Amino acid sequence: MPPDIHSEEFLHRLMRRQLRLSISIAVTFGIVLLGLPLANYFAPELMAIRVAGFTLSWLVLGVLFFPMVWILSWIFIKASTALEKEEADSIKRPPS
Amino acid sequence: MDPFIPTFCGLMVMVTIGMGFWAQRKSKTAHDFYVAGRSVSVGWNASAISGEYLSAASFMGVAGMVMNVGYDALWYPVCYACGYLFLLLFIAGPLRRFGAYTIPDFAEGRFDSPLFRKIAVIFVLFIGFFYTMPQMKGAGVALGFIFEKMPYWCGVVVVGAVITFNVAMGGMKGITLVQAFQYWVKMFAISIPVFVLMSVYGGYGKQLELNHAAHDTVVQTLQIERPKQAPADEKWLGPFGNLTSKPAAKAGLNIEEQKPFALLYTYSLIIALVCGTAGLPHILVRFYTNPDGMAAKRTTFWVMILIGVFYLFPPILGALGRNILPELYAQSGYKGTDGVVLKLPLILNAKSGFIPWGSIFSGITSAGAFAAFMSTFSGLLVSLTGALAHDIYGRILKPRSTEKQRLNAFKICAVLCGAVSILLGLMVESFEINKMVGWAFAIAATSYFPLLFLSAWWRGMTMKGAAAGMLTGGLLSLLAVVSTMLADQAAWARPLADYYVTHPLARTLAEQPAIWGLPLAIALIARCPL
Repeated sequence: MPPDIHSEEFLHRLMRRQLRLSISIAVTFGIVLLGLPLANYFAPELMAIRVAGFTLSWLVLGVLFFPMVWILSWIFIKASTALEKEEADSIKRPPS
Repeated sequence: MDPFIPTFCGLMVMVTIGMGFWAQRKSKTAHDFYVAGRSVSVGWNASAISGEYLSAASFMGVAGMVMNVGYDALWYPVCYACGYLFLLLFIAGPLRRFGAYTIPDFAEGRFDSPLFRKIAVIFVLFIGFFYTMPQMKGAGVALGFIFEKMPYWCGVVVVGAVITFNVAMGGMKGITLVQAFQYWVKMFAISIPVFVLMSVYGGYGKQLELNHAAHDTVVQTLQIERPKQAPADEKWLGPFGNLTSKPAAKAGLNIEEQKPFALLYTYSLIIALVCGTAGLPHILVRFYTNPDGMAAKRTTFWVMILIGVFYLFPPILGALGRNILPELYAQSGYKGTDGVVLKLPLILNAKSGFIPWGSIFSGITSAGAFAAFMSTFSGLLVSLTGALAHDIYGRILKPRSTEKQRLNAFKICAVLCGAVSILLGLMVESFEINKMVGWAFAIAATSYFPLLFLSAWWRGMTMKGAAAGMLTGGLLSLLAVVSTMLADQAAWARPLADYYVTHPLARTLAEQPAIWGLPLAIALIARCPL
């Protein structure tokens, strides 16, 4: 069997790009997740503001967090699918 | 006793057993038993993973904790759901790409080392049985509560026997169907009573409005009589309450001095829950049932939606419980706040006429709790059985076994693991459930998660580094949490208890070890000198 350089290289590049995508989403999420305790700590008056009965802090953590995670994962899956397709297309076309 | 509770619970068990028989006809090959023929569709698999993940701790424990400590407890449902984002981003795709049956397969394939398979198997079994104990204890205690005077061992044996039967009959394929069904039972059982209660007693926001936070500008409208064990409004509604500031409060610090320790506690808790979710072997094993990496990602997305929607409800029950059933604060365990999910619907009886709606809804939530014990335990049993039958029998003891032998091995190992789980469950009657679940998460976050994360993405990882990091991180975290338990309970550990009282920082770090355990494990994996 001939050495399959193409697929190895393909996988490497795909993995690098996937990792970069994953990290950028994780950083966005991390800022919100780790920022909320900081907001609670440094701006307690702000986080105690009432919104429809909820305190702001409770509203963010108990309700809004879930849709935020859904949106982030939706973006990730879209981008990751597009990425795989793009790489696969570029490999199908023979290098000129 | 209300006739509805035993009726609905009985129905739940009968349907589960029935599905076991049905699955037996569907599952024929060893492939079906170990990875469900690797052909589970995204919808079924997402429901099944969610059904497996929402354990009794989620179904009853989260509502009880929110009622008991308030805001701080919200981190649990949120991080349980968010952990899946990390699974999606870093682990779901690559794990499936390696094309293995189990995590030990992955470990051996990645490092080309049978020794590493053995280490990984031991960890799967260890975390698995560790996580089984609280499920068993939950089943025993809750059944004793639902059916008054039922002895503790009864619940453990009933749940253990039914699920062992199911796993031995249908393997992973059978269990997938049962767990998917049980997810929808749980979703229905928690959401319907919440909607009905909110329509009678007022919505989520209104329940929170009745509590007065520190820094609050809203004038307090109603003072509810609560037993003295209930936390004060400010501590309950605001962050850094009784859960996270406990070590500092014990040391006698004032409220402002407690806050830095509470912040540290919060961060460590977040890391343990998020990374622990991404490192629980019985959840990960499910990703092997997907046809390919893309399906694995899509499954994870739907899991996040399904469990996210579910986790909106338990905190509402907790908030409702604080306002309309404050008597529960005066008692502890399932007689107190832990039983709020089962007890709260009963108050509707007073408001309804001829038809006892309260009892009916209580019966529905009880059946949901039953589904919770059964589905989580069945997932654990499949992953334990897989480790024993595939990794130990199929790969180490008898690598040349035939298809039929492997099938029989699975069934025998299922019965074996089920029996061990029942025995373990019988021994842990005096342990605290939430603590045990927390330990399992802390250990997974400091051992399995760094291993999976780095081995999927970093080519330079060595086998010795991986083993050193995983073992050191996991064992030190375990030691730390066990030391806090001994300090609380054992008489001979008195000096340790005294030390923890005067050193709130040490106590916080020992109770929530993820914040130092995870970096330690990663550092050892990355910089192992060997």
